[in-house]
Amino acid sequence: METFVQLIVNGLGKGAVFALLALGFVIIFKATEVVNFAHGSLVLFGGYLVVTLRESIGWAGAAIVGVVGAGLLALAVERLLLSRSKLADPFSLALLTIGVDVIVTEEIVRRLGVSLPFIGDAWDAQPVQVGGITLFRTHLVALVVATVLITLFFLAFRYSNWGIAMRAQAENKEAAALVGIRSGRVTATAWLVAGLLAGVAVLFIATQDFSGAGLSRGTHSIALAAFPAAILGGLDSTAGAVVGGITVGLVDALATHYVSFAFAKSAVFLVMLVVLVVRPSGLFGTRETIRV
Amino acid sequence: MLTVRDLTVRYGRSVAALHGVDLDVPDDGVLAVLGGNGAGKSTLLRTISGTLRMHRGTVAGGEVRYGNRRIDQLDPAAIVGLGVVGVPEGRQVFARMTVAENLRAGAIGAPASKRAEAQRRVHDLFPVLAERASQRAGLLSGGEQQMLAIGRALMSGPRLLLLDEPSLGLAPRIVQRIGATIREIHEQGTAVVLVEQNAVMALDVSDHAVVLEVGGIALAGTAAELSASEDVQRLYLGGHAESDAAAERQVAEARRQRAGVRRLSRWGG
Repeated sequence: METFVQLIVNGLGKGAVFALLALGFVIIFKATEVVNFAHGSLVLFGGYLVVTLRESIGWAGAAIVGVVGAGLLALAVERLLLSRSKLADPFSLALLTIGVDVIVTEEIVRRLGVSLPFIGDAWDAQPVQVGGITLFRTHLVALVVATVLITLFFLAFRYSNWGIAMRAQAENKEAAALVGIRSGRVTATAWLVAGLLAGVAVLFIATQDFSGAGLSRGTHSIALAAFPAAILGGLDSTAGAVVGGITVGLVDALATHYVSFAFAKSAVFLVMLVVLVVRPSGLFGTRETIRV
Repeated sequence: MLTVRDLTVRYGRSVAALHGVDLDVPDDGVLAVLGGNGAGKSTLLRTISGTLRMHRGTVAGGEVRYGNRRIDQLDPAAIVGLGVVGVPEGRQVFARMTVAENLRAGAIGAPASKRAEAQRRVHDLFPVLAERASQRAGLLSGGEQQMLAIGRALMSGPRLLLLDEPSLGLAPRIVQRIGATIREIHEQGTAVVLVEQNAVMALDVSDHAVVLEVGGIALAGTAAELSASEDVQRLYLGGHAESDAAAERQVAEARRQRAGVRRLSRWGG
């Protein structure tokens, strides 16, 4: 029983991080219909800034630069590459993001060389005991941070002008343009926010607690689990991204413990497949799958 | 207020959807644009509101001016900023958002100080939108959705409103109501371009009118002149027939003629 509670809490912690990534994925898709395959490289880029800068400006400063940096990289990808090809269809733009992903990822992996630096200095590898249950501190911090950020996101999405403009554009681009919503601005902020969230996520992923590995190509492949998370939640549903992220976290934690570490990765995709068989547009998705 | 001169518009490299179109919307006037499917009516509105590019269309010649300003190369948001706002064909409300959120979306292009006033005006015109403020727009009836689409456009306080077939698919009683609303909006000082297939309603609320046919202006004049014109009566109003049967024959004949013409313009207007 104690093991089970421990697994659930840890799964939720992991899930919260996947939710941050999946949310970014989903808002980019909602604003532009582009599937952003470069999400993993945004994660790596934020992490890379943290590990290179923390010696000189301290962990907290480096973390802030990392988060902002990942946001700005996402913004740059949108402004410099995607927004220039306004009439290109979302498929070609998705392929473009694969190109960005390969370039950024390979360069960072090359720079890292053989080092695999851990990021979560402030909390990593210091388990806490709660009533005889051992919990990873990283997961608890991640859970708190993600809850705050996701709540803020949903408040903004529901009540702010930005949220109204985002939803209006996601639903009907032409009608949104006709009432004076600037589609370029909406798209740019969607990418910026997605990048910021990716920058936050990496602070938890490249830790002893989360992955047992530092910043490396492995970080990138872990971040890719946000993809099944977003898909099983429904690629155009923000609530679905959160539910999908949590699901992936829980499946990952349970499968690792009860089956094997190697099986956990496939388990996540198996769950995604099962969901897609039952609900082709994901748990909360509304659009026909043909658009994906 | 709005002048269109020698406007030619193409989609891709195809036949021009509009060629050599001239028209004027007088200050505070209502201009009706009549014509069948594929005549270029929607293309004309897309050009004015700047959404032509979203349909891969380009202005191949001529210009559109609002006041002294040339607007045919501006983006839609800039055009809304100048006070020219469009209501798309088929209403296109944001169905998954509430009525209140739809109206808020309409106000995004306008200064925040004007919002309360605009909202009051819209609620005065369409009390039903106040009653249903928290309902999803997709749950409204067709007529209510049309009111919401017009209300949403009015939220930015436009000086020129572009309406694309507001009567489409609505019951006659609702069409009358929409017509009365257009007149009211006009009386409050907003000029209107009304694109319609329902010529009776359109000529009733407008003071000037043009007839578009296969991308060009076929007839132009005051609404009274066009109402009296035999072509308009035959094609759009169905009058001057000696009997009902004759009227039906004439309409069928006119439809056949127009169907032949329609095939030339592949892109729906």
